[in-house]
Amino acid sequence: MFENLSVKLQNIFSKLKAHGCLNEKQVEEALREVRLALLEADVNYKVVKDLILKIKDRAVGVEVTKSLTPAQQVIKIVNEELVSLMGDICSKITFASKSPTIFMLVGLQGSGKTTSTAKLAHYLSNMGKNPLLVAADIYRPAAIDQLESLSKELGVSFYSDRKSNRCDEISKAGIKQATSEGNDVVIVDTAGRLHIDDEMMDEIKKVKKAISPHQTFLVVDAMTGQDAVNIAVAFRDKLDFDGLILTKLDGDARGGAALSIKAVTGKPIKFVSLGEKIDSLQVFYPDRMANRILGMGDVLTLIEKAEKAINIEEAAALEEKIRKQEFTLGDFLAQMQQIKKMGSIDQVLGMLPKFPGMPKNALAGVDEKHMKRIEAIIKSMTLEERNNPKIINGSRRLRISKGSGTTSGDVNKLLKQFTETKKLMKKFSNFSSRAKMGKKVSPFF
Amino acid sequence: MLSKLKNGLRKNNKGLISQITGLFSGGSIDENFWEHMEEILIRADIGIHATSKIVEELQKRAKDLNIKDVEELKGLFKNEMIKIITVENGALIEDDSLNVVIMVGVNGVGKTTTIAKMAYKFIESGKKTLLVAADTFRAAAIEQLQEWGKRLDVEVVKHQRGGDPAAVVFDAIGAAHARGTDIVLVDTAGRLHTNVDLMEELKKIKRVALRETTEGAVKTVLVMDATTGQNGIFQAKLFNDALGLDAIILTKLDGTAKGGIVVAIEDELKIPIWFIGIGEHPNDLQVFKPKEFVEAILE
Ligand SMILES: Nc1nc2c(ncn2[C@@H]2O[C@H](COP(=O)(O)OP(=O)(O)OP(=O)(O)O)[C@@H](O)[C@H]2O)c(=O)[nH]1
Ligand SMILES: [Mg+2]
Repeated sequence: MFENLSVKLQNIFSKLKAHGCLNEKQVEEALREVRLALLEADVNYKVVKDLILKIKDRAVGVEVTKSLTPAQQVIKIVNEELVSLMGDICSKITFASKSPTIFMLVGLQGSGKTTSTAKLAHYLSNMGKNPLLVAADIYRPAAIDQLESLSKELGVSFYSDRKSNRCDEISKAGIKQATSEGNDVVIVDTAGRLHIDDEMMDEIKKVKKAISPHQTFLVVDAMTGQDAVNIAVAFRDKLDFDGLILTKLDGDARGGAALSIKAVTGKPIKFVSLGEKIDSLQVFYPDRMANRILGMGDVLTLIEKAEKAINIEEAAALEEKIRKQEFTLGDFLAQMQQIKKMGSIDQVLGMLPKFPGMPKNALAGVDEKHMKRIEAIIKSMTLEERNNPKIINGSRRLRISKGSGTTSGDVNKLLKQFTETKKLMKKFSNFSSRAKMGKKVSPFF
Repeated sequence: MLSKLKNGLRKNNKGLISQITGLFSGGSIDENFWEHMEEILIRADIGIHATSKIVEELQKRAKDLNIKDVEELKGLFKNEMIKIITVENGALIEDDSLNVVIMVGVNGVGKTTTIAKMAYKFIESGKKTLLVAADTFRAAAIEQLQEWGKRLDVEVVKHQRGGDPAAVVFDAIGAAHARGTDIVLVDTAGRLHTNVDLMEELKKIKRVALRETTEGAVKTVLVMDATTGQNGIFQAKLFNDALGLDAIILTKLDGTAKGGIVVAIEDELKIPIWFIGIGEHPNDLQVFKPKEFVEAILE
């Protein structure tokens, strides 16, 4: 259903020569597909309408050049329009001139406020800040316990008052504690509420008035549909907020809700959350989100992460080994550990574009547990076995499987996979000199 | 029955309702009419595919039957929608035997709260109910279910956080057999449908439940948030592929979202919709009625 837009456009323009101008009929046909893609991505109906008009204006009469195919031309225009709608630059987080800086998180029930509070704390701790988390969700059973438990895991300060039924007072007391104990950031987690629940909206207004946060973030689920705009407009009008945190982007949601909210409310998207792990909060980049909405994957993020995680010299040495067929299971292990530095395997895979031709289960086998199993197996091998897996006989296999808590079958499977991978990599390495990315990345991708 | 929902919709969806009444009251059936209709359906999250299908079907019928009257078309429209979301199915809860209901869904949709609401309903109708804390992953998930157990005065079977969820289910079913429990409600950790590892964990829970019960006793229920957009189709598909779903529960219909995604889902998958959630209190749960659901939207 979500076939890659570029493939569809390619088909539409397949008859068009590499020279000439895009005429109105061609553009209209292409824009029908663009409209479909945007609606399937949950971009708001009205936003899509405006967008299509703008794109059409720009696309008709565009000259088709040698370097870009007509499909690429249209995608480029669509992409540019999406990016400009989402804000041209990524908006950095700012702090108050007087400590502590107070952040408040608000949103609907189940949007991911509590987890985002913890993730934001982790992010800020890594920046050298010393945050205190305030649990002001007095309604959902065990919500306070949840944040307390997360703050313990993070090793950051925590405040709440289980006896109080006034979240404005809890928040104020939390800030007081932060001030006296020298926390420079306070993050207030609030109860989920419906934007049309006047009583609850009045309550959050009171909290805001009592603590005057430096920034208020609206937390929105990336899977939200057309209603996202109504929700955001109501929160803006009744409470006002400074930016968005978009959660649950690690799934296959295109996240058109975020674009729509930005387009309608003008509020920037500050962070996106890409997983259940505490380190999965990332600064938002409009261009990457545009790619995602169009179904082209987050190739840029991946490249940047790969650049950070992979030591270029090591990668070069590895390539040499691959070419010479000297790649061992030990190298394989090292390679896997590098990939892990790029984030969880789910994150990494999530950033890759999904192509229609890709076998459905191509990525299914590659998950965290699977990686851990492989790691355990290789770690249970002697150096000799890692360098020359041919010597692994029945009794060695048994020892390895016992040592790694797996079965002989698992060990066998890995050995077979390794041999196949090695073959594949040899092929791959012949192409890698032509790789367009400029920098060397992992031969596994 | 659905008056609370209807009132909610009336109160909160003035825009949409007046749009629809505007659409269906007077005026001629022209290009504008159809475009407007498409807009309404898409904005209810029914999605472009199901919407096009419905609109085309109606256009064909309007032509075939030579319909000029908007009122008549309204009737057809309603019937078409009702047809899509109506699924014939057997009883989801059997009397006089043990029932195990496994609740699954993505993070934050309302699984735990819905379990509390169902427990409240079942207990009221005289069923012996047991809750199972098989979300051993999320911080304070066990405490959340325990708190509901306390409020509703119903027992909760639990292990430690980080434990094997299937083992909790195994223990709970053992206890249920011993005590003559009617209904076991299993709370599982929220997970994105794309996470293969976590889906395996659910399959294991289901395997254990099937092994420990007689045929037909285990029901797997997908909980979905009414604000969900087109991604809901993937959620339903992937959970269904992995586990085989017996029913869907649609939550948070007390907001402004219409929950139209279920129309798209039903159009493809035909999984019965069991309950709808319309608030955070234990009694905010209603049996899903296709006719009233469509009427509540169209009114
Ligand atoms: N307004 C409204 N809120 C609901 C409804 N059902 C659940 N909620 C709220 O949604 C939030 C999340 O509900 P939970 O039951 O914790 O969701 P869950 O699916 O168990 O969440 P995880 O276990 O974290 O994946 C809570 O604040 C609930 O009170 C509903 O029908 N209407
Ligand atoms: Mg839960």
